[in-house]
Amino acid sequence: MPQSCQACHQNPASVHLTEIEPGGEKRERHLCEACADREGVTPKPVNVLAQLSAFVQSGKGISQQIAGLTCPQCKLTFVEFRNNGLLGCPTDYDAFEKALAPLIERAHHGASHHVGKTPKRLGLQRSPDGDLIRLRRELTRAVDDERFEEAARIRDTIRSMEAT
Amino acid sequence: MTLDEIVKRPGCWIAPTGPLSDIVISSRIRLARNVAGFPFLSRATHTQRRELAELIRDRLNGAATNGRFSYVDLDQTDELDCQVLVERHLVSRQLVEAKGARGVSISEDQSTAVMVNEEDHLRMHVVRGGLQLEDLWSAINQLDDAIESHLDFAFHPRYGYLTACPTNVGTGIRVSVMLHLPALKLTGEIERVLRAAKDMNLAVRGLFGEGTEATGDFFQVSNQVTIGRTESDIVNEFRTVIVPRIVDYERLARQALLDEKSRALDDRIFRSYGTLRHARTISSEETLLHLSHLRLGVHIGRIKDISIDTLNQLFLETQPAHLQKSHGGRLTGEQRSAARADLIRKRLGTK
Repeated sequence: MPQSCQACHQNPASVHLTEIEPGGEKRERHLCEACADREGVTPKPVNVLAQLSAFVQSGKGISQQIAGLTCPQCKLTFVEFRNNGLLGCPTDYDAFEKALAPLIERAHHGASHHVGKTPKRLGLQRSPDGDLIRLRRELTRAVDDERFEEAARIRDTIRSMEAT
Repeated sequence: MTLDEIVKRPGCWIAPTGPLSDIVISSRIRLARNVAGFPFLSRATHTQRRELAELIRDRLNGAATNGRFSYVDLDQTDELDCQVLVERHLVSRQLVEAKGARGVSISEDQSTAVMVNEEDHLRMHVVRGGLQLEDLWSAINQLDDAIESHLDFAFHPRYGYLTACPTNVGTGIRVSVMLHLPALKLTGEIERVLRAAKDMNLAVRGLFGEGTEATGDFFQVSNQVTIGRTESDIVNEFRTVIVPRIVDYERLARQALLDEKSRALDDRIFRSYGTLRHARTISSEETLLHLSHLRLGVHIGRIKDISIDTLNQLFLETQPAHLQKSHGGRLTGEQRSAARADLIRKRLGTK
């Protein structure tokens, strides 16, 4: 039997929301379309398949744009990286950023921002303020791009940084 | 200290000391680092590899370690000696099997080693017996600072320390603990622990880490997430949550076995004891299984005339390269099995 709407308790629920609370707890809500509309949470169609197909395991499924990425420094192509799992030089992280960031997030439970130790002699001591500014900008961008899970994570990082 | 001296003396971590050492054999932390201005190793030419090895060796031999470390050039090292270093956990199999300029810098007590030109330019690690992660983090953090004041590491404002494989990027840290979980294995509860570990984004491997199956009663548990959390965060989660929880499970399982299946448990322990005391030929796999049961028997007070020290020593000495090294040369598989059985009987006081 289909689950009934948690708001009106009458119609069958057809909108299933997973909200990510601060701290990563997930909260699920099930609503009918009418109630979802009223609460302004009707989902916009997101072409998940298209996003996924960009990152399927073999080079074949990678979109032309990403497959064509080549590092200007070491000349490694993104396809070569996908085939052996190893990057060629530090510049790859920037050259492949678009394709790499989602992979890093997948491997690291959604995270792709370093918050640990920084080299002392780098001279560019990381200022917490600079980090916050950068993270807030990324948060806005993530929300604009409707990458909500990532947005929730960035928001949590900002909160934890503000707390310390 | 020469390679010969290193090979002759086992490392300090096998001493059965340290908190929770009845279950936690050892704790280890490693950091992955790459030198700025060089490609990662998969794209490095022979010349660049050599340059890197020489640069890192000189910095390590110099101020970075105050000359207290010995550098071993693995390109110039006999295969058997390399295997001894692997069995000691001082280097990875991957480093030994690689080609070209590569090496390892080892501290006098063998608690610290820096692999040069493995998957990353530098892989430094520290190890101690039992659960001592706080001390380990402080030690490796200092070593990293010392090396970093003589070498520029590849670092990115967003991604942190850059590594050849993005699975290590950020902190480059891997915290791992080697656990002896015979009771969880015997009761079958281990499956639940392994599933829970997986849910917590932890990797569970066998005795020799990456690429080795978790077989037998020894499990190496380590973090997989290296970015988005601070090093202390990762270390503290192991110290205060992950390890104590698994240790509690193992203790409960041991108690349950003692309460409900004490005869079957004793049977297993004493059969293993009997086998080790009397076998005339024995493989390393079988040795590991019986030594594990014996270790359990000593810790739950069933076997009183053997020390954990003796057992830890045997774990090390019965490995193939160690056996051959103490024999003074190559042995066939059959000869090794005989030499292993002889050594065990000698250590356990039987003829």
